[in-house]
Amino acid sequence: MSAEKCKEKEILEIIENDARLNSKQIAAMLQISEEEVVRTIKELEEKKIIAGYFTVINWDKVGEEKVSAIIEVKITPQRDLGFDAVAMRICRFPEVKTVRLMSGAYDLVVYIEGQTMREVASFVTLKLASLEHVLSTATHFVLKTYKLQGTLMEDDVEEDRRLLITP
Amino acid sequence: MTNPSDWNERINPVILGLQPSGIRRFFDLVAEMKGVISLGVGEPDFVTPWHIREACMFSLEKGYTMYTSNHGLLELRQEIAKNLAASYGVSYNPGHEILITVGVSEGLDLAFRTILCPGDEVLIPEPSYVSYAPVTAMAGAKPVFLKTSAENGFRVTPDLVEKAITPKTKAIIICNPNNPTGATIEREHLLEIAEVVRAHDLIFVSDEIYGRLTYVGEHTCVPSLPGMRDRTILLNGFSKSYAMTGWRVGYAAGNQDFISAMTKIHQYTMLCAPITAQVAALEALKNGENGLKKMVEQYNRRRHLVIQALQEMGLPCCEPRGAFYAFPDIRSTGLSSEDFAQQLLKEEKVAVVPGNAFGEQGEGFVRCSYSASINDLTEAFKRMGRFVSRRVNKGKVLPFSPGKNEIKEKSICQTIS
Repeated sequence: MSAEKCKEKEILEIIENDARLNSKQIAAMLQISEEEVVRTIKELEEKKIIAGYFTVINWDKVGEEKVSAIIEVKITPQRDLGFDAVAMRICRFPEVKTVRLMSGAYDLVVYIEGQTMREVASFVTLKLASLEHVLSTATHFVLKTYKLQGTLMEDDVEEDRRLLITP
Repeated sequence: MTNPSDWNERINPVILGLQPSGIRRFFDLVAEMKGVISLGVGEPDFVTPWHIREACMFSLEKGYTMYTSNHGLLELRQEIAKNLAASYGVSYNPGHEILITVGVSEGLDLAFRTILCPGDEVLIPEPSYVSYAPVTAMAGAKPVFLKTSAENGFRVTPDLVEKAITPKTKAIIICNPNNPTGATIEREHLLEIAEVVRAHDLIFVSDEIYGRLTYVGEHTCVPSLPGMRDRTILLNGFSKSYAMTGWRVGYAAGNQDFISAMTKIHQYTMLCAPITAQVAALEALKNGENGLKKMVEQYNRRRHLVIQALQEMGLPCCEPRGAFYAFPDIRSTGLSSEDFAQQLLKEEKVAVVPGNAFGEQGEGFVRCSYSASINDLTEAFKRMGRFVSRRVNKGKVLPFSPGKNEIKEKSICQTIS
């Protein structure tokens, strides 16, 4: 791997777990200039290697009523297009947070979020299940999220319990 | 009722004469304050990887709650032997050349008590880990300090060793990479020291607890050097590499005669290391390599950040190449290391450890541990920078020269004039 690719990979590894580190910090961590960090990140964004930034929020604690569900979707693949055309159609609904093509008993797994159970249900029945080429859906409502994007949602886990000064 | 003065007469004068660690003194100060960012911690900020904790819980469920052999679990010793052979090409018979100890701390105590007689002398680099000298004294022997200096990258030179040797010198202990300086010793330099050690028929006690946390070059395991295996007691453990400080598990490896003798003390004083910790250590060795590499990567990035931060605030610092400590020179502030640490704590709520806690040669320096998150490090050094800029150039500025230890010019932070 070229030195440049190496740096790219290191930058990605660093911001994958903390997107809020600033370019000065990243530059110091990798012993490169701040300009190089800014330029590299910009390039990675342009190439859509960095596809976006978001925040891991525990909405349960906000007291906000939110409902999320995982929907297994079976599809008839289309000639030349396979599953992609239908998958992209599904992706464009803003309620849909994540779409993945799966091996196994069903084809797509669709993760959706809504304000109420009724809203989610009506989305599934009216928008998703009724799409052309969609054969069937099975909806599973989420009861509790324990871990999201590698981050634990509980409070008490693994805080720093070390003594402040040790030899 | 016995009054306290009577007690002092009844306490072993050697123990009475021991100074409580300077670190503990400072700890009491820090413990009283709120909102402190501590760079004073001598242990990883990572929690023991989950697979290790999980394996240990499983062992408890299965009822592994009994004594192990005095030497420790054979399976663990076999895994250690395999690991040492693969990493450094040095082979030990797991049957009787490896002893599982309660951390390197116990290993050190056993090693010294095994080899030292009253009147013997032990060569101890300074600055170095706080317990080497007291443990030497408790074994009835005399610590002789090898005064290393920042100007020479805190390197133990063969010359320094040679000059300190007397007919009473029995052993030398070296911690590589070093706590508190973060300095590492290159293979060629270790070879030179080993030559002196062999020439004077000394025992080399090698504390390699930070060995896997080496960021520049490769760690050299002392017993892997020609002619050194049988005169070296290798001390190592799991605390730093696998973030397992509280488990208290380490090991000693060496010639069968050494290890058998050490095992006698261990047998009568400790019996065996806790089985739960031994099971955890086994899991660490078997499946911990990836986690270890990730931790090393993170320490290394933080290390870069620390080097830059110290450079920016104009504190000279020998390039820290191992462990997770930087040991900047604070003499330009005109403060002693204790005053620096106390005032920094009071004014900016950042805790560092005064260098003199690690011996006289540490005076004028402070130990900054980078086993803290990037954001804590950034904030702590911002505060420390403010503190330093209020005092800079109030004292004698001693710019470093590269010296003979081949540390590159650019790896030495120069004082900003």
